[in-house]
Amino acid sequence: MENSRQIIAILVNNQPGVLSRISGLFSRRGYNIDSLSVCATEDERYSRMTICLNGTLSTAKQITAQLEKQEDVVKVMTFDHGNVALRELLLIKLAVAPEKRGEIVDLCTLFKAKSIDTTMDSMMLELTGNTDKIDAFIATLGSYKILEMARTGGAALERGNKVMAESEEEK
Amino acid sequence: MARYTGAQILIKTLEERGVENIFGYPGAAILSVYDALPSSSIKHILCTDEQGAAFAAEGYARSSFKAGVCLATSGPGATNLLTGLADAYMDSVPMVAITGNVNLEDLGHDSFQEVDIFDMAMPVTKYSIIITKADDIAPLIRKAFTIAESGRKGPVLVDIPKSVLDETGTYEKEPSQKFTHKDPSPEEISAAVSLIKSAEKPVIYVGGGVKFSGAEKEVKILAEKLNCPVVTSFMGIGSFDQSSPLYAGVLSNENLMLPSIFKECDLFITLGARFNSRFNAFNTLKKRKIAVLQIDADRAEIDKNILTTASVLGDIKEVLSKVNPEIEQREMLEWAYKEEELPEDTNRGIQIICALSEKLKDSVTVSTDVGLHQIWTALNYKFLSPNKFLTSGGLGAMGFSIGAAIGSHFATGGKQLIITGDGSFNMNFNELLTCVKYHIPVIIVVLNNNSLGLIRLLQYGRKSKGYMASSLYLNTDYVKLAESMGARGIVINETDDINEKLNEALNGSLPVVIDCRISINEGIH
Repeated sequence: MENSRQIIAILVNNQPGVLSRISGLFSRRGYNIDSLSVCATEDERYSRMTICLNGTLSTAKQITAQLEKQEDVVKVMTFDHGNVALRELLLIKLAVAPEKRGEIVDLCTLFKAKSIDTTMDSMMLELTGNTDKIDAFIATLGSYKILEMARTGGAALERGNKVMAESEEEK
Repeated sequence: MARYTGAQILIKTLEERGVENIFGYPGAAILSVYDALPSSSIKHILCTDEQGAAFAAEGYARSSFKAGVCLATSGPGATNLLTGLADAYMDSVPMVAITGNVNLEDLGHDSFQEVDIFDMAMPVTKYSIIITKADDIAPLIRKAFTIAESGRKGPVLVDIPKSVLDETGTYEKEPSQKFTHKDPSPEEISAAVSLIKSAEKPVIYVGGGVKFSGAEKEVKILAEKLNCPVVTSFMGIGSFDQSSPLYAGVLSNENLMLPSIFKECDLFITLGARFNSRFNAFNTLKKRKIAVLQIDADRAEIDKNILTTASVLGDIKEVLSKVNPEIEQREMLEWAYKEEELPEDTNRGIQIICALSEKLKDSVTVSTDVGLHQIWTALNYKFLSPNKFLTSGGLGAMGFSIGAAIGSHFATGGKQLIITGDGSFNMNFNELLTCVKYHIPVIIVVLNNNSLGLIRLLQYGRKSKGYMASSLYLNTDYVKLAESMGARGIVINETDDINEKLNEALNGSLPVVIDCRISINEGIH
C-alpha cells in the first residue's frame, strides 16, 4: 500500500494527562507523525487534537482503532483531502539588509504572507496555509539567510455544516 | 449527605462494588486506607511484596472474572506493581490497582517515596487515574471498575495522594450497573456466515476472549456443527473440552499436529485471540493466504497483525449465538493429522506433569510460571473444564504462578497446583510465606533442572557457546527452604519412581514443595 498524507482529528476529554496519553500512544506503537496540535474548543469539556502523518491507509486505520478505544477519546475522524480545510502557521525571521526589503515584500504579496516585525537588518514574516504552501514559501526564502523559524502543526476542520461534537452527542 | 475521610469513602465504594478481598502491602502514603480497613467487610491479604500482591489480584480476577484489587504505597510500592499491571494488560485481565502517593502539594517535588505512577502506568494499563479531591473518589473508583470489567477487560490504576485520603468528602451509595455491549452488526454477521459456508475445511482457534465472554457452550455448538478441529491459545486452554475428538491441542511450535492442519485448512476462525509473534503457525497462515474470520470485542485487534477476510466486532457469546443457527450440520472430513501417530514422551518433566494430571485432574487450579515447564504443562495437562489453567500468556512473566495461585484460592476456595521451574520459583518463592500464613492448600511442583531451560533451549538453537547465565547449579535445598517457611518439602530424584513419590508427596499437609530433579538437557537435546 502506498504512503499518503493522513489527517486525523480527535476530540478528547479536556483533563490532565490526556495529551501525554495520546502522544505516548503514537511513540509506543511506533507510528511516526508529522505534526500534532492541541487546542481548547467551543465546549470546555473537550480539547481537539489534529494529527498529520505520512502513512498507508491501513496504518491510519490501526491508529484510529487504537485511538477509539482510549477512555478519554470522545471521537476520531479521518479526513479525506477534498473535504477538509487544513492550515498551519509559520513565523520566520530573516537576515535582510535594507536594500533587499523590497524583494521580500514582493514575495510576501505573492504568498499572502505578512511582515510583522522589521529591524535595520532583519524581518519577521507570518504565513498561514496548508503544508505544501508553507513548504514552498520556506523553499523560496532559502536564498536568504533564515535566522530562525517556528511552525505549528495543522489545524483542520471539515468543510460544510457538519460538526464533530454533535454527531457524538447523537449516539 | 454524609461526610467521611477519603480513605473511608474509598473503602465504602469498594464494598459497594462487591470487593471481598484486597491483596496489598502497607506503606506511609497508604496508611489511612489501612486505618479504614478493619471496620469494613473486606479481607486484606498481606503478600510479601507488591509484585506478589499484583499477581494475586490477577489470579483472583482470572478465576472469578471480577476485577482483582491490589493496594500499594507510593514510590517503590507502586513501581513493584508494574509487572503485574503489564501482565494483566497483555492478557486482558480485569484489575483495579490502588496506590497512595505523597500529599497533593508535595507532588512534583521529588518528595520521599514519590514517583509519577500515573504516567508510568499509562502504557501498561487500560486506564490510569489520579484523584485530586475526596469528593471524586467514589465516582472515579466506580469508573475504574466499569473500565476494568467492560468490553475487552484490563487493569486500571488509581493513584490517590495521602492528603486526599485524609480530607473529608461526601459519599452516597449507588447500586452497581449492568454493562451492556453494542450489538454486533448484522452485515458483519452475514458476511461471517457466508464465509464459513464457503469454506470446506475450517479450523477454530479459541483464545482467552472466549472464557471472558463465557462463550464455551456456543463455541462447542459451532465446532460440533462444523465437525472441524479446534485449537486453543494458551489463554484459551480449558475453554474447549480436551476430551472431545475435535480437540487438536494448543497452538504452539511444539504441537506436532499443527503443520498438517495448517497445510489443509481453508478457513481460520479466530475467537477472542491475538496473533502472538511467538508461533510459527501464523506465518503459515500468511504464507498460504488462508482465509481468516476474526471475532473479537476489541476493534483494534482486528487486522492488527494479520489481515482478515471477514470480521465481527462484538461479544463472542452474542456473535456466535447469532451465527450458529445459520450453520448446517456437517460430516467430519478426513484430516491428515488424525492418521499420524504421535511418539510417546520420554521426557521426565512431561511424565511428571502427566502423572499429576492423572492424579489431580480437575480438583485443582493449575498455575505456571514461564519456561519449558509452562509449555509442557500447557501441552500435556488434561484440562476438562474451563478456567482451571492460569498462566502469563502475553507478557511471559516469571514469578507469576505463586501470586496467581494465592489469588485464585481466595476467589474459589479451591486447592491449587503450581507447576514451575527452579528459575521461576527462585524469583518469587517469598510468597510461600503468604501461602503458609493464610493456610492456602497449594502443591508446588518445581521441575528442577538446575538451569533456565527455555533460555538454554534458545541458546542451543543459536549454537551459543557455554550456555552463559542459563546454568544455575545452585543446588538449593528446596526441602529445607520449604521447611524453614513452615511448609512441607519433598524431593523426587531422577531415578525415583514418579508415581510412588508423588503419592507420598500429595498425601500430607499443604503447602508442600515437591523438588523434582530432572536432567539439565531434558527437552533440549
